[in-house]
Amino acid sequence: MIRIVALRLVGALPNLAGVVVVTFLLTRALPGDPAAFFAGAAASAEAVEQIREKLGLNRNLVEQFGLYLRDLARGDFGQSLSTGQPVLTELVSRLPASLELTFCALVFATVVALPLGVAAARRPGSWIDHLCRLVTTAGVSLPTFFTGLLLAYVFYFLLGVAPSPLGRLDPVFTPPPPVTRMYLIDSLLAGEGTVFRACLAQIALPAVTMGLFVLAPLARMTRASMLGVLSSDFIRTARAAGLASPTVLYTYAFRNALLPVVTTLGMVFSFLLGSNVLVEKVFAWPGIGSYAIESLTASDYAPIQGFVLAMGVLYVLLNLAIDLLYGLIDPRVRLEA
Amino acid sequence: MRAALRHARYVLSDNPVTLAAFVLFSGFVVLAVAGPWLAPYDPLATDTARAMQAPSLAHWFGTDALGRDILSRIVVATRLDFGIAVSAVALSFALGIALGLAAGFFGGWWDRVILRLADTIMAFPLFVLAMGIVAALGNSVANIVYATAIINLPFYIRVARAEAGVLRNAGFVEAARLSGNGDWRILSHHVFPNILPPAMVQVSLNMGWAILNAAGLSFIGLGVRPPTPEWGIMVAEGATYIISGEWWVAFFPGAVLMLAVFCFNLLGDGLRDIIDPRRRT
Amino acid sequence: MNDAPPLLSVEGFGLEFRTRSGTVHALDGVDLAVRKGETVGLVGESGSGKSVLSFALLGISDRAARVTGGRAAFGGLELTRASEADLEAVRGREIAMIFQNPRTALNPIRRVGAQIEDVLRRHTTARAAELRERAIAALREVNIPDPERRHAAYPFELSGGMCQRVMIALALACRPALLIADEPTTGLDVTTQAAIMDLIAARARATGMATLFITHDLALAAEHCDRIVVMHAGHVVEAAPTAALFAGPRHPYTAQLIRATPAAESTIDALAAIPGNLPDLRRADLPACRFRARCARASARCDAPLPRLAPPPAHAVACWHPLDEARCA
Ligand SMILES: Nc1ncnc2c1ncn2[C@@H]1O[C@H](COP(=O)(O)OP(=O)(O)OP(=O)(O)O)[C@@H](O)[C@H]1O
Ligand SMILES: [Mg+2]
Repeated sequence: MIRIVALRLVGALPNLAGVVVVTFLLTRALPGDPAAFFAGAAASAEAVEQIREKLGLNRNLVEQFGLYLRDLARGDFGQSLSTGQPVLTELVSRLPASLELTFCALVFATVVALPLGVAAARRPGSWIDHLCRLVTTAGVSLPTFFTGLLLAYVFYFLLGVAPSPLGRLDPVFTPPPPVTRMYLIDSLLAGEGTVFRACLAQIALPAVTMGLFVLAPLARMTRASMLGVLSSDFIRTARAAGLASPTVLYTYAFRNALLPVVTTLGMVFSFLLGSNVLVEKVFAWPGIGSYAIESLTASDYAPIQGFVLAMGVLYVLLNLAIDLLYGLIDPRVRLEA
Repeated sequence: MRAALRHARYVLSDNPVTLAAFVLFSGFVVLAVAGPWLAPYDPLATDTARAMQAPSLAHWFGTDALGRDILSRIVVATRLDFGIAVSAVALSFALGIALGLAAGFFGGWWDRVILRLADTIMAFPLFVLAMGIVAALGNSVANIVYATAIINLPFYIRVARAEAGVLRNAGFVEAARLSGNGDWRILSHHVFPNILPPAMVQVSLNMGWAILNAAGLSFIGLGVRPPTPEWGIMVAEGATYIISGEWWVAFFPGAVLMLAVFCFNLLGDGLRDIIDPRRRT
Repeated sequence: MNDAPPLLSVEGFGLEFRTRSGTVHALDGVDLAVRKGETVGLVGESGSGKSVLSFALLGISDRAARVTGGRAAFGGLELTRASEADLEAVRGREIAMIFQNPRTALNPIRRVGAQIEDVLRRHTTARAAELRERAIAALREVNIPDPERRHAAYPFELSGGMCQRVMIALALACRPALLIADEPTTGLDVTTQAAIMDLIAARARATGMATLFITHDLALAAEHCDRIVVMHAGHVVEAAPTAALFAGPRHPYTAQLIRATPAAESTIDALAAIPGNLPDLRRADLPACRFRARCARASARCDAPLPRLAPPPAHAVACWHPLDEARCA
């Protein structure tokens, strides 16, 4: 098992390197003087000069890349101009909020999409199949930022069932003691039921917004692969052997149908992390996405750079996790490694 | 060609949804072409006396905080939104096909380098990469087009590379070469036409996504700048009012954006049926 | 032959598929009987409805299938009218089935031992602790070497012949009274083929199991079956004890089939292909005799509904102009 993980890790290295190179190139692709850009509009001439020195802009590109790598290795992602904080510190402190939101969205999407896809595949042409088709075509057409606003309007303004769509926790509550910095988990760890419920109420709308967007590829893939599996030979064998319908459906069909679904998770995460930025803006969610947007508005360049790098690395790691998960389900891959 | 048209007519008549999407698409095209003449008001004319009016007969979609007519702004924005999407997809189509062909046809180093490029792009969450690119290149409409084109590149590279590889292995290219064709001629006359159908399917599926991306970028303040009418920006402008109940400012541009993307996606599915009947579901 | 009622008896059975391109009249007036301990061969060219019939008997037909008439009884159970729960209880325990393509017929991501245990758990009262032992025993019975180790193998780790043995072990794990073997040896090499057939025959002898053996290989059927039933385009055209059928085939189709079967001494050019194709089963106006268009003996009389088959063990034929029984002898 360890050997497999190590192999996959090595396999992910080129992508990781690609991410670092691209982020580096993006800093140098700035039109005009990168030093002036990083220093900000109001910087003095000395400040600009200092940055130029630090980035090594007077050296050649390879040396600059070396410096960049050295800084990254030291955990130096630069400093935010607007907050004065090191970028890495802020990213690390805001990342849990983004991860919490992303995973809640994924859970929501999975819980809805998989049963929907399975139900649609079991009765092709039935109303549930049509519903599935509608959801998959409409789902990918949803601009997340718009759905978010719409949900906020309906559930907060019209119905009043959702809390004010701003932030992670209603200010009347104190956040739970930080352990993982994910409020849902922390509040459970601290045994604070009311806080947990408040957090859940707060995260529901943004998570559903993001989930609706990725529901479509998940449901579509589940339906297609379940349809394929249900008509395969080994399902016929299982039925001919008299296995009970639930066994045939779940132990035999569903587990096999999951394989292509797991493969699409890569794309799903790409969607999720991308729409994270938009949803965080809509719901004033204090994650790394809104950090990037705040910096964008302030023309604060280092945080954006750090954000792109962090997202790239996160995505590569998530893909690695998906690979490993696939190996867990499919013995053929496991032994190949 | 005649047969293809007949097949297209058959699919359209057989599939009312695709037909409806086609009609809707034509409507959008009309708006994109003739929008400035069709809009009932000047999309930029502010009038504080008429600010924040709910939809009425005079202003079907209401007015925004500066008293601008939302319907007119939406109509005029069509050209910009479609323009961005079409140019971005055209760009990634051209570049992606060229790179993919080179990779699949020449193999070796070409293949390795181009594939690595595609993988590297795909190693990012695509919207995030687009954000980074626009932030780095500068805040302009042209850069939104480039960024959207770049993040779509891998899909075209893959389609073209796979198809070219298949043709090469099928001995198809060898046969063309034996009958005295040069590389360039083989590529343009024999390989490219075979790549076109799957690439077209990719295009149709990509358009809606490209519009979504561009609107998303302007929603977070990249690219298009106010007061230019653009759907994403208009939603962003209306966002602050929605939780106090002035829903129309964000709703109408958002709904039109959704409709446009929905229309492209339906059309994409329909086009796939026309071009590639085997994969019909 | 004994006079006890047959284990499986099918009478006038009809089935159709409603598809987008029309209704496929896949089976029509099918009569078939299998007695206890007997091996019956079901032969006919590809598309004649052999698989469709066997799936229908187990109640695992495609969604589009509709039974249009007739009855099928197994022991005391009316298969066509039984509830899904009753059928599930019979499948795998009383009637088992093995398929061609053993590699794809097993769940690719489940250990073969676990797949056998699933069946045992469903149909027997064996306790969890015994399941493994019994699965290994089932594997041993089909002569799989080192069954303890193979128990934990995945199908992709086994050869095709080994997979088919696993299939047989899975099918026979609950000692069914009837085994339906749908071309169990297609896709296997000749020596493995013989081994698999011998294995099925040996298990049948050992447990007194009846076998319905589906194949388009007449020679294989001749070697292993007590009786042979010939199907053509959804009709049973002839049914007879093996020796009688080969000695004097009475239906023109059977005669051509036998002529098309390469015997050891026949040369390649003696291999007579059967002229014409199966009729399109989607036609609304299928002729009474579906072999008519391909038959040299056809006459106006053939428009009349086919004569009913005589009940087994007689030599039955559904033809108005059958060949003389003595002629070929
Ligand atoms: N699900 C289905 N829908 C429509 N028609 C079907 C379906 N399944 C089978 N058929 C039709 O029923 C007829 C009989 O098919 P069947 O598979 O029983 O043939 P077979 O005798 O088993 O042939 P083979 O020797 O190739 O296995 C064929 O014409 C086939 O096209
Ligand atoms: Mg068959």
